[in-house]
Amino acid sequence: MRKVAAVAARMPQLSVVGIAGPGDALADWRHTFETFELISRQFPDIKLCLSTNGLALPDHVERIKALKVDHVTITINMVDPAVGEDIYAWVFYDHKRHTGREAARILHERQIEGLRLLVEAGILVKVNSVMIPGINDDHLGTVNEAVRSHGAFLHNVMPMISDPAHGTRFGLEGRRGPTPAALKQLQDQLGGGARLMKHCRQCRADAVGLLGQDLSQDFTMDRVAEMATEDRPDERRLYRELVERERQDRDQAARIAEREIEVAVNAPPLLVAACSRGGGRINQHFGHAREFQLYEVDGNGIRFVGHRRADHYCQGGYGEEDKLEAVVKALDGVSVLLAARIGSCPSDRLKQAGITVVTDHAHDYIETAVAAVYRAHLAAAAPPAPAVARAS
Amino acid sequence: MAYKINAADCTGCGACEAECPSRAIRMKGDVYAINPDKCTECAGKFDSPQCVGACPSDCISKL
Repeated sequence: MRKVAAVAARMPQLSVVGIAGPGDALADWRHTFETFELISRQFPDIKLCLSTNGLALPDHVERIKALKVDHVTITINMVDPAVGEDIYAWVFYDHKRHTGREAARILHERQIEGLRLLVEAGILVKVNSVMIPGINDDHLGTVNEAVRSHGAFLHNVMPMISDPAHGTRFGLEGRRGPTPAALKQLQDQLGGGARLMKHCRQCRADAVGLLGQDLSQDFTMDRVAEMATEDRPDERRLYRELVERERQDRDQAARIAEREIEVAVNAPPLLVAACSRGGGRINQHFGHAREFQLYEVDGNGIRFVGHRRADHYCQGGYGEEDKLEAVVKALDGVSVLLAARIGSCPSDRLKQAGITVVTDHAHDYIETAVAAVYRAHLAAAAPPAPAVARAS
Repeated sequence: MAYKINAADCTGCGACEAECPSRAIRMKGDVYAINPDKCTECAGKFDSPQCVGACPSDCISKL
């Protein structure tokens, strides 16, 4: 609570507070609901959200509704106990520990029941699925269909983070997370199902910050103890109004950009990476980019398809050169990179890797720039158009 | 007659505290500890000690 107050006093951007743990938010439900009550009393304008594995969810739906929790995220990695028994070693349910397929069956039934009850109660439900190669990667299409049919409004497929240093079972077994290309292929496959979420950055459960900008280190419990906590709700309201105006402005720019590329009906799509500090603009130096936003463009429009990280702690690597090589690897499949600025050395390396670097669109909206590079790409690829249009 | 938490392996998740029918578990610093005077090993209430079954780190054993 002290932390929420300290963040609220410093960041007018604060709009949502979520509880995702420790362990599971509903294992220790007394503390979770008590915290929600304190927050909603002191900050009635701030949205609440909850993240859970769903095991205890059906028992708490009424309370979640009464607390006006805005949305709930359930992590569902399988809808078949035969898949689930390879993911979950055991569950503690009804005062007993259950193992094997029985454990996975209980978890599955509780997750789907919780999802159904929340949807019935009119609460938005997002589903998170962790893609675990060799375990559930072929199964997530079935999961997508199931959660969509039960009314989840958003499905987020994220890569497993696996590092022996984290001490997780799969990490210790040496099971690797999926490559960015494999993740994108699966997300594309599922694109037609429940709306797929693409902006997830897999922040920690105790994260404070903005998408792609983790500020947790500024708000450790030690520091929070010394911070002022007087609330500034008017600044939050002004900030939200500004965001809304910028959003409308960007939407309009995107509509104009899409109209410009409608002509290219049958051309193959192009994958473009953008360096952005936020606001939907090309406003970041390549060297400062910690991640790249990926857009796919063809005659049907411009689609945000995800992001690739440049500093993923699981990739390892030391020194500038290794970092650049990690970035090149992360940009696998990308044809064009948009940045506000870039040094000549990384620019040369990217060109060598077959990536066209464009800095002409600094501070433009991403969609405007993507449409422009797509038109330039088509013009370069297509044979020159006939000078005179012939009637046929 | 009591159980104890191995503090070195405790992650402080609180699963045990939430399950304890005797309110014998409290946070002590960053981890949890069982008050041996209050712990009943769940005798008469459940077939097995609840904290042991709930602990994801398997770090609770007999004192």
